[in-house]
Amino acid sequence: MTMLLPEPGAPLAHYVSDKPFDPMSIEAMTQKQSDIYEASQLRLMWWKFKKHRIALASLFFLAVAYAMIAVVEFLAPYNLQTRNVENIYAPPQAVHLFHEGSLVGPFVYGRTMTLDMATLRRVYTEDRNRIEPLRFFCRGDSYRFWGLFEADRHLVCPAEGGTFFLFGTDRLGRDVLSRMFYGARISLTIGLLGVTMAFVLGIVIGGLAGYHGGLFDLIVQRVIEVLQSIPSIPLWMALAAIMPVTWSPIVIYLGITCILGLLDWTGLARAVRSKLLALREEDYVLAAQLMGAKPARIIGRHLVPGFLSHLIASATMSIPAMILGETALSFLGLGLRPPITSWGILLTEARSVSVIAFYPWLLIPTIPVVLVILAFNFLGDGLRDAADPYK
Amino acid sequence: MTQGADLLRIEDLTVSFAMFGGALDAVRGASLRVLPGKVTALVGESGSGKSVISQAVMGILPNMAKAGGRILFNDPALGTGPVDLLSLPRDGETIRTLRGNRMGMIFQEPMTSLSPLHTIGNQIGESLALHKGATKAEQRERTEDMLSLVGFPDPKRAIDMYPFELSGGMRQRAMIAMALICGPSLLIADEPTTALDVTIQAQILHLLRGLQQQFDMAMLLITHDLGVVANMADEVVVIYHGEIMEAGPVDAIFRRPSHPYLKGLMAAVPHFDMKPGERLKALREVPVKADILLGRTMPATKPKAPAASPLGRDDVLLSVRGLTKTYTTRKSGWFGKGETRAMRAVDDVGFDIRRGECLGLVGESGCGKTTVSKILMRAVTPDAGSVTLNSQDGPIDMLAARGSALDRLRTRVQMVFQDPVSSLSPRMTVQNILAEPLEIHRRGNAESRREAAKALLKAIGLDKRHLNRYPHSFSGGQRQRIGIARALALGPELLICDEPVSALDVSVQAQILNLLKDLQAELGLTYLFISHNLAVVDYMADRIAVMCAGRIVELAPRERLMRAPVHPYTKALLAAVPFPDLDRPLDFTLLSKGGAASQKRWAKAFSSEGEEGALKKVEVAEGHWVLARQNADATEICA
Repeated sequence: MTMLLPEPGAPLAHYVSDKPFDPMSIEAMTQKQSDIYEASQLRLMWWKFKKHRIALASLFFLAVAYAMIAVVEFLAPYNLQTRNVENIYAPPQAVHLFHEGSLVGPFVYGRTMTLDMATLRRVYTEDRNRIEPLRFFCRGDSYRFWGLFEADRHLVCPAEGGTFFLFGTDRLGRDVLSRMFYGARISLTIGLLGVTMAFVLGIVIGGLAGYHGGLFDLIVQRVIEVLQSIPSIPLWMALAAIMPVTWSPIVIYLGITCILGLLDWTGLARAVRSKLLALREEDYVLAAQLMGAKPARIIGRHLVPGFLSHLIASATMSIPAMILGETALSFLGLGLRPPITSWGILLTEARSVSVIAFYPWLLIPTIPVVLVILAFNFLGDGLRDAADPYK
Repeated sequence: MTQGADLLRIEDLTVSFAMFGGALDAVRGASLRVLPGKVTALVGESGSGKSVISQAVMGILPNMAKAGGRILFNDPALGTGPVDLLSLPRDGETIRTLRGNRMGMIFQEPMTSLSPLHTIGNQIGESLALHKGATKAEQRERTEDMLSLVGFPDPKRAIDMYPFELSGGMRQRAMIAMALICGPSLLIADEPTTALDVTIQAQILHLLRGLQQQFDMAMLLITHDLGVVANMADEVVVIYHGEIMEAGPVDAIFRRPSHPYLKGLMAAVPHFDMKPGERLKALREVPVKADILLGRTMPATKPKAPAASPLGRDDVLLSVRGLTKTYTTRKSGWFGKGETRAMRAVDDVGFDIRRGECLGLVGESGCGKTTVSKILMRAVTPDAGSVTLNSQDGPIDMLAARGSALDRLRTRVQMVFQDPVSSLSPRMTVQNILAEPLEIHRRGNAESRREAAKALLKAIGLDKRHLNRYPHSFSGGQRQRIGIARALALGPELLICDEPVSALDVSVQAQILNLLKDLQAELGLTYLFISHNLAVVDYMADRIAVMCAGRIVELAPRERLMRAPVHPYTKALLAAVPFPDLDRPLDFTLLSKGGAASQKRWAKAFSSEGEEGALKKVEVAEGHWVLARQNADATEICA
């Protein structure tokens, strides 16, 4: 029975509900609710993240990309340094399935090269009669898998004596597709290493500045301001110039990572500091202090977990900047140097306008750069939305 | 005013929210009405759906809410007959002309409901410009009138002030002026005085009552405080879990409460007429099983019966002498040289707490009681004074303790916080929260700490299934219990409770108070109980200290302070507590306009008149101290 109101304006009768009073009814909850209540932070984040479709797709794409860099030797049809002197600046070859109406399976047409004596350009003409079917799980160039053992299996290789350049070749006749696979290994990991470094620096420096305040905070703030006001490219140049030419390429690679990380922590440190300044006022921090907890414990156990999810989201957003930074550095010739291969190194091939005019396929390595950066941005967006599951 | 019509008529209102774990029915078939020129009070605990009803009326329900039923608004001034507010398009033309014009609203939190970037005159005048198309000059004139009406002493100056320049009570007055500037026929007041001190609350209630009668305006008063209801309402509606439990004229509700819920609510409110030892009846009583804690955390002392100690003079656990803390604020000038102003937050405070007793510390916000508690917890360093804790293992100088002595102090003194939401780490499970103090002090191993957390949880009446849950999944009362359990983890001797129930509903408040009492009896704890609510302190404390402007102005055993208060400030505080009793209305004539803490209205014997050190502690009876002029004689003081 629900209450019936009196006629408008009539005196209100004393109404008493016939419902019994169950003091616990507001505390009772459904199974689903108690599941939510017992779920950890991570679970709640995942439930919310799943709703962001593009972010989920990006996560899948990135997972595949990172899984691929573990097995590039197998995926790439050629080795990193394999030169095909017969096929210098060869344009991309299209993969066909049908030849004159009949199904053949994936194949490419063979082609012949002539040198245009007027312009000295290599002209490749497709020979419709030469069908070169692609082979799968085949033997090709041999490589040392993970530097452990000899292997020569590839996912796909050209027909015996044929060629297969899906994205064409460069000025030395090296397959662009294969080099993109190998370049991904460097380009994708340099972001991670750099961000990890920036992350650690940002949390430690920003955390100390935010928690202690005072003189240390003041100094850190000024240092950050100075660092952020230096034009980045000259600074990169200066730092890259410090690295001795005699260093091996792999050390150079680590050095570049350090430079990128050293320059990127400032934004994160500021975010950490302002978050800490806000959270420091919460009663639970005072409670921990009153229990006798030391600053390191308070920062580590009480404060950082409170916004770690935000940090992860913002770190995800800053990986693209790292990748772009490396690409830009290498393109300018300041970053990595051959024989190390990254997407930036691949793009150095396309540095002059005439090259791009004649051999536009050398710009194809920008496509994975764009895709990966977009994916990281969507992923970071989804993570940021999911980071506050209580809202 | 047309007779025989309801101004607001809510029929069979249902509101549900689409939530993560399925739909949540916030309001289930509620019906109520507000007569023109009358006050209807909507009473319920937090989460009962009372604020949702007010949002539905104003058309400001969150997007994810689904509402059904009818809300008829029949404003004679509009002459259009009843309008169904629920059927109006959200934020459409019609609802916007009603909102702020014919219906005003006052919110609970005066600190956040005003825009910090605009002067209050600007904010109040805005609705005039929107609804009445008033010119700037008209706006200013009417705003000034309104400000003087709501009790601003100097409206011409106040109109150009920013919210941060005003105290909480003054902001709430500005908020009321904003709601009333267009002369609405209905005012919705959502917990208008909950965030305010008792004396300010009494002033605001007086003001609301006066304005409501002056403008012949109807009011929907939403509150959980039955004392406020008894003083304000004509009709009362009691809501529980989204359903109306009882409704009727105020007389019927208070003289013949019938539904078990309402009866329970009434029994849960502490009042001044309680006999010593009388127990509040909490709606949801929590069984205390503290005996399992005894062997483990407490050194072997026999818990004392709380009644045994009050007159035992010698066994002092905590002794505080001459505590002084001054905060300096610098008015920053353009060139770095600002004048410094000193504010004495704590001024020569001294008291003793005897072992096993509960000392109540009462005062309005800003009187320095929280600073005292923070000094005792070593979170704030005082300028002068001494604090000695006569712990079982010898006396500790609390202000000088360093290193291991400080660690030992941390285990002896613990604190229960006011805000149950912010006092628990949101990312830690209950298990981690309870085990943390033991971890910090390296007690036991992981297994024994787990057992300890279980025992603590049991002691405060929660189940061990709750160990793996996160704080966000508990209600306010449950969180406060977890906070108490955490404070008990190290087996302290002294527990400082800083407003432990002021953020809780009345019904939960009784539960927490009883829990604290039971724990005190079973574990032999000593409490310093800080509160602004005299009724609560009266229920808990053996002796009560009243604090005003940084000084303790009166200190007496509980019964004596309640029966024969001497200091004018104590008297003002006592007079301002609203009773859930129709026969004891608030005496608004006793309220002073300038606030109870202003010395100007005190008798000469209590006023320092600007002289430093003019006031001294004077003992008027055994154990009853008052801060007064030394040369004032006893008859003058006790007059």
